[in-house]
Amino acid sequence: MTSVPDTPEPGFRLSQLIYDTRYRSLTIQVVVLFLVMAGAAWLVDNTIRNLNVLGKDFNFGFLGNRSGYDIAQHLIPYSNDSTHARAMLVGLLNTLWISFVGCITATVIGVFVGVMRLSPNWLVSRLMTAYVEVFRNIPLLLWILVAIALLTEVMPAPNAYRINPTTGEAQTSMILFDSVALTNRYTAIPSMEFLRSLGVVNTPFAPISLDVVAVLVLFAVSIWANRRFVGWANAVQAATGVRPTTWWKSLLILFAPVIVLLIALGFRLHEPTLQGFNFTGGTNVSNAFVALWAGLSLYTGAFIAEIVRAGILAVSKGQTEAAAALGMRSGRIMRLVILPQALRVIVPPLISQFLNLTKNSSLAIAVGYMDLRGTLGGITLNQTGRELECILLMMLIYLSISLVISGAMNLFNRKVRLKER
Amino acid sequence: MKKTVFFGALAAAGLTAGIASAATLDDVKARGVLNCGVNTGLVGFAAPDANGNWSGFDVALCKAVAAAVFGDPSKVKYVPTTGQTRFTALASGEVDVLVRNTTWTFSRDTDLKMDFAGVNYYDGQGFMVHKDSGITSAKELDGASVCIQTGTTTELNLADYFKANGMSYQPIAIDSNAEGEQQYIAGACDAYTTDASGLAATRAAFADPDNHIILPEIISKEPLGPAVRHGDSQWLDIVKWTLYALIAAEEYGVTSANVEELAKGTENPEVNRLLGVEGGLGAMTGLPNDWAVHAIKAGGNYGEIFAATIGESTPIGLARGLNAQWTQGGLLYAMPFR
Repeated sequence: MTSVPDTPEPGFRLSQLIYDTRYRSLTIQVVVLFLVMAGAAWLVDNTIRNLNVLGKDFNFGFLGNRSGYDIAQHLIPYSNDSTHARAMLVGLLNTLWISFVGCITATVIGVFVGVMRLSPNWLVSRLMTAYVEVFRNIPLLLWILVAIALLTEVMPAPNAYRINPTTGEAQTSMILFDSVALTNRYTAIPSMEFLRSLGVVNTPFAPISLDVVAVLVLFAVSIWANRRFVGWANAVQAATGVRPTTWWKSLLILFAPVIVLLIALGFRLHEPTLQGFNFTGGTNVSNAFVALWAGLSLYTGAFIAEIVRAGILAVSKGQTEAAAALGMRSGRIMRLVILPQALRVIVPPLISQFLNLTKNSSLAIAVGYMDLRGTLGGITLNQTGRELECILLMMLIYLSISLVISGAMNLFNRKVRLKER
Repeated sequence: MKKTVFFGALAAAGLTAGIASAATLDDVKARGVLNCGVNTGLVGFAAPDANGNWSGFDVALCKAVAAAVFGDPSKVKYVPTTGQTRFTALASGEVDVLVRNTTWTFSRDTDLKMDFAGVNYYDGQGFMVHKDSGITSAKELDGASVCIQTGTTTELNLADYFKANGMSYQPIAIDSNAEGEQQYIAGACDAYTTDASGLAATRAAFADPDNHIILPEIISKEPLGPAVRHGDSQWLDIVKWTLYALIAAEEYGVTSANVEELAKGTENPEVNRLLGVEGGLGAMTGLPNDWAVHAIKAGGNYGEIFAATIGESTPIGLARGLNAQWTQGGLLYAMPFR
């Protein structure tokens, strides 16, 4: 039987671009690409034209000029003689700092509440449900404003801590052995002090205390040593079936060297004292920071709690029952069996909650916490009138932060996800 | 009907262009209403009452400009702006004129591409403290927490003042005057700083104004004036000369009560030129010749406006001081109407 040869391919016709399924998708993509490019070109052209009409140019030279304004909260040295670029950096660090501590507390709250919500105890689970529903369903800005209003209105003014010369007593006294003062402006806490300090290295970015570096390095070494020790204990347990007592030795390895170093450096806490209008000598944690921190943590914590709950429910009940059959208690079941498996479900949505928290931290403007939005996008923008440059720069920075967080969390996700062999 | 279509097309064209075109007067006339950028609420200068009617010293200038353009002082849309949003609002064309306690500075005039049409209030930055704090001078504020509106010249003056006097302070950034009031009353800041006129206005709104004092130090020059976009000289002229008309009216004794009478003709040629009886000055700026009559009728001359909104008989109780006529030892000096 002879096969009929395929009819020879006719020449390419233009209509094939639309009617031929082999080319159609390509055609559509090219057209859309052109439209997107035309749209972008129009936007850029419109911007340039309007800037010309206004007589404004587009340059970032202002970043090198003296800022002239002060920022209350700065993690690195800053004064009004610093540049706008430095002010931007101060704001960026404030954003990163609030996001960092916010993500940690939100995660702790979220895991705790998520687990507790599944508790068989009726009261506990209902309380947690109430928490989640209340915080999740009211806008974050309102929580932040409530927090700052409470702190401002309820706490005493620093003046209330002043000792009245006639009565010899103050209206309010400091708490925790006279080391912490809660006021309507800030919480004054003790600062660290090293009497026999190793010194400070001044870099253009920030001065680095060698004492802190030494303590951190030593602690890292201790952690590494402890891991070796636990590894040894595991090996012994695997070989003999008897686990050596480790807990006090672990504690000794972890903390004894650090404590010895701290004593050698003459570490002590310097308590804040009321001088003039305000507390000095300690560290003043501004209420704006506390309010923002509380708002972000509690709000995002409610979302994380739901993610954690969903993750736990996604682990089949058989796992719990099997672990129980092996004689494990419920705490160990949760820690060793359920949570490791639940993490695979939890981590991807957790990433977006971390990103949300970081972006939501720009609500700092409502309480006067000087984050990136407050310095670069607020005061610098206003004093220099460089709206376009400031906003573009700010968008770029937020985008970079988000991508870095996302990338890091994806790495973590790759580590905990199910390894298929 | 045809006109509506035309204006619709014009509006669409305006939207595509993104910002208002150069001829602000034509835009304002086409729109039928003047967009005036004012404070979000500073009693005496610009604040809405319970019925949403705006009144105050700055608002009166908005009304005068609207009256000069339309012959009707009510054709104003008040756009509340914060210290942060005001310049963007002006640059983007959202407002035609910004009358919001805005200090005339070099960089705003040049770099921000604004044009100041004059000074309607000569002010200076001061401090307000609680009376029971026992402070009597700004020099005693070392280490104090100071509430400050962000995005203002006061913010920079404050830094300069404390630096020059070798003192430290903790800035507490706030976004609006209302927020500043709340923080200051709650004691979250030891002192509140802004223009002295603003302090007086803020204090007047307190429940217990007597328990707060404004310190004697004035740490800066704050010439406050109306601003327009750079590049439209005609519109700049209109705002500038409306302000001068109000000032000149006080100088020559033209008030809201007698302006109609005087507009019929007087012995004083300068008044005649001001009120459009002779000289045809209005037409030179593209306005009707009786523009100044309407502007003065809207709220009275400068002195009348001052007395009615922020003067000594009002709760704000500001003295004329620098804002008296040049003939009375003040700085108000209207250029000749000729």
